[in-house]
Amino acid sequence: MSVIPTSIARQPWQMLIPLTALVCFGALVLYSAGGGGWMPYAAPHLVQYFVFLIMAFVMTRFPRDFVALIAFPAYAVVLVLLVLVEAVGAMGGGSQRWLNLGFMQLQPSELMKPAIVLVIARFYASLPVGEVPSWRSLIPVVTLLAVPMILVGLQPDLGTALAIGFGGAVVMFLAGLPLRWFVGAGLAGAAMAPVAFFFVLKPYQQKRVFTFLTPEKDPLGDGYHITQSKIAIGSGGWFGKGFGNGTQSHLNYLPEPHTDFAFATMAEEWGFVGGLFVLVVFALILRWGWNVARRSRDRFSQLLAAGMVATIFFYVAINLMMVMGLAPVVGIPLPFVSHGGSSMMTNMICVGTLMMIDRWNRMAPRSGLRG
Amino acid sequence: MASPVVKLGKNRRKPFTSAATLEASFSRRSFVVAAGMGGIGTLLASRVGYLAVIENKKYSLESESNRVNLSLIPPRRGWILDRNGAPLASNRADFRVDVVPELMTDPQGTVTKLGNILGMDATTIADVHQRVADAVGAQPVEVASGLSYDQFAAVGVRLPDLHGVVPQRGFSRYYPTGPSVAHLIGYVGQANAEEYKKDHDPLLITPGFKIGKDGLEKSFEKELRGVPGARRVEVTASGRIVKELETREDVQGQSVKLTIDGPLQDFAARRIGLESGSVAVIDCQTGGILALVSMPAFDPNSFVGGIGRLRWKMLNEDDHIPLLNKSVRGLYPPGSTVKPMATLALQQHGVSPDEHVYCGGGYQLGRRYFRCDAVHGSVDMRTAIEKSCNTYFWTMVHRVGYDVLAPMARTLGLGDEFDLPGTSQRYGTVPTPDWKMRRFHQEWTAADGLNASIGQGYVLANPLQLAVMTSRIATGKNLLPSLIYGNKRPVGPPLPFTPEQLQVTHDGMFRVVNGSGTASSARLNLDGIQMAGKTGTAQVRKLVARGHISDWAARDHSLFVCFAPFDNPRYAIAVVIEHGGFGSVAAAPIARDVMTYLFAPEKALDTLHKLEQGWGGTPDERMRRRYLTFIGDQGVDDPPPPPPDLDISSRVDAESRVAGMKPGSAEMETPTPSPGASGAPITTT
Repeated sequence: MSVIPTSIARQPWQMLIPLTALVCFGALVLYSAGGGGWMPYAAPHLVQYFVFLIMAFVMTRFPRDFVALIAFPAYAVVLVLLVLVEAVGAMGGGSQRWLNLGFMQLQPSELMKPAIVLVIARFYASLPVGEVPSWRSLIPVVTLLAVPMILVGLQPDLGTALAIGFGGAVVMFLAGLPLRWFVGAGLAGAAMAPVAFFFVLKPYQQKRVFTFLTPEKDPLGDGYHITQSKIAIGSGGWFGKGFGNGTQSHLNYLPEPHTDFAFATMAEEWGFVGGLFVLVVFALILRWGWNVARRSRDRFSQLLAAGMVATIFFYVAINLMMVMGLAPVVGIPLPFVSHGGSSMMTNMICVGTLMMIDRWNRMAPRSGLRG
Repeated sequence: MASPVVKLGKNRRKPFTSAATLEASFSRRSFVVAAGMGGIGTLLASRVGYLAVIENKKYSLESESNRVNLSLIPPRRGWILDRNGAPLASNRADFRVDVVPELMTDPQGTVTKLGNILGMDATTIADVHQRVADAVGAQPVEVASGLSYDQFAAVGVRLPDLHGVVPQRGFSRYYPTGPSVAHLIGYVGQANAEEYKKDHDPLLITPGFKIGKDGLEKSFEKELRGVPGARRVEVTASGRIVKELETREDVQGQSVKLTIDGPLQDFAARRIGLESGSVAVIDCQTGGILALVSMPAFDPNSFVGGIGRLRWKMLNEDDHIPLLNKSVRGLYPPGSTVKPMATLALQQHGVSPDEHVYCGGGYQLGRRYFRCDAVHGSVDMRTAIEKSCNTYFWTMVHRVGYDVLAPMARTLGLGDEFDLPGTSQRYGTVPTPDWKMRRFHQEWTAADGLNASIGQGYVLANPLQLAVMTSRIATGKNLLPSLIYGNKRPVGPPLPFTPEQLQVTHDGMFRVVNGSGTASSARLNLDGIQMAGKTGTAQVRKLVARGHISDWAARDHSLFVCFAPFDNPRYAIAVVIEHGGFGSVAAAPIARDVMTYLFAPEKALDTLHKLEQGWGGTPDERMRRRYLTFIGDQGVDDPPPPPPDLDISSRVDAESRVAGMKPGSAEMETPTPSPGASGAPITTT
């Protein structure tokens, strides 16, 4: 034990080892999806992971006060970027999600997912305890949440807007806001859903919902994605068709086999066992993150950690429900498995934040209730 | 912690929230959220298990059906053979390009692009556009067939840009003697929507598969079709073939062997020349039909790839009606060709063949005078046939009564519909008083009887019936015509004549040709073989003077029936030439040459070749030229005609009888249909 430096020994290996295993497994899936080659998906996937892992280690060093200090400025910067995207898009004459920074394509909506959790956690941490059940705890947060959601929703990127909303809502829920507000919001949402469906959603989004409800009606048209994905997963059986033998992905029946439908690509070749492996690894990562939140000694850390876990969870849950035909098709990739730098960045920011809070917890162990 | 007045739901403003309660609430709620996440995780795990393990069978199957494309290989169609085994309808190797309109992203553009690659002319491209627009569902449309390998390969390399285009290598139907057999054999074509609705065999919508559309091709569809082969290939979602998995060979359809004598059929068709008419030849020993020709005809080869719009227009506008099978559907007043039949009826009813009637140039019936062709003087029964004297028949029929003629006409086959596959016959009319009352609500008059007794008036017959009548008169046997080889029909109830009565009729017919009769032009120039016959001239317009030659359509029909050899009848022939004038002018020489071909093919061919020089080539060549002129008049370009396959043709055309059989070409699927399970000719049905 003494041979290993403390800084290394202290890393949360119970999370990092499964995570790295999952990313490597993801690289295998992408290797197959790329037609049996490291390019164009598998190698960049691993490189991105290790680059963002270093970023996560760097984040681990940030002190709590610094993070609390930059919460609002970070939110503001991301919001400005979002507006900028809209503006550039409007000038370019079409919807746009990317900002070209020259050296990389930046998708500000991805950055907003951790940023919204950060700023809401920061807000509730500084809100006087007595104010929590009052409107003063609600109105500012709803504003903080609504502005980016609307901006992203206009892009239009319903999936990301919902992800932002989910992260914010979980933080608000855990912050102790009165339960009846959530019940009320839920009821209002249910009442508004039909209205929103017909007046807010674009026709192609409405179509996706219909398709989700009855995919078999149009197996060659809009139901195609869901149907083919289910066929890929279902034809895998217990142990799959074998590495590199997936016909659904290799013969192009499966759409987007390397991004949104990477899980289906995986399940076809690795079967139920592969699917369980992925789910177990996610369970390990999320349970570790949840424990980090529960072990946190202050409200800011608690809420921030829980919000980050919720953000990762939302990605995983929505993507898997989509590929298994339990949710409409929304363009959300599977964390750590799907190809794509932006998603890897967001998820590694979440992981890095959790590692950071884990470090805070170890530096000043929870000593009981704080007055 | 509790406030003095705790009312649940009314504590909104009560500041009893503390750090401790928030901490407790976080614990509680984080447990709820974690439980929710765990629940969703469990749901997802069970969903994977459900899909991958429980529903595995279903999805494996669907994955397989995605991956594997089973394409049917259209079976090679059974051959239609003549009595000597030469192909009247065969198949030849063919490179073909089809399109499936449903799969085309840009039908207009793709067809135009294909047209350019294949060097198709504007008319054909317009035809294809039309067919693509008319196509129903996934029904493929043939763009071009009979392509060279280079053209075929040129389409192949551009395939990724051509959505819905299917290049195929297969076999296409080939009729070596084309127009000669058109009406008899029919033609094949793609199944249309109604046919597919009736028979939901996926084979029907397989590109390149053709079904019989008319004639024997249609009525023997079941036997000729065969069993399709199948090719299993692994395909991508966009339809690109990754690899072949396995192939099952097709089983060729059964061949159908006819009583038809192919070279004779071709000769007779060509001998009709520029006329519009038909020839029927019957084997007097069996009743087998040796030739059944209707000309002009269409080229069934040009129908195989779908009938071109202009080609159809040309055929439809032709006043010689090439789309009508005149041999069984053309009805003509038989004219004087019924006179031999009438002599048999008269003899049966006690008229002595030696009794003389004086012909003074006509016959007085009440106030009406029926004019004969000439003043024949004193005629007996034999002379009446020889000279075709109407006065004799009017006199005699008026004496015994018309009632005796109609049954005899029926006995000899007039008004009868024969049991022949692939023909839809119009059986004509043998008029009787009852019939006239039913049909026109009029009383039968003596004049009607006189008209009917010389084959005019209400009497109508098709050329096949005339041939059957002649064969029965020639043999005295109740021969039934048949088309399928080996399917020997039992001879019907014996005909009620004595050999002596027949001999009188035969003598009269002999003198028509060999005496000083009406058809000395039909005398056979052969040693030891003599022919007996009877001319007929059927009035087209009653008021137009007989033989008046003006407008083609107003001219009389020219008929001739005959049999040979006279002393031992072997063949019976009926020839009808529409608007040919006197029977002896147009029909008799054709009958003579067809009969000559049966005994001395070289001699008949010489005659034919000389005639064809004057007419401008074989019917095939003439039709080709006419089509070019026709589309030239319509202001469109010249399409490349499909080249005839000389190797196959040489086995069944008129010249083959003289040249002897030649071996088939290597490009044909089988030189001769094997007599195995698949190839056994149908000889009985």
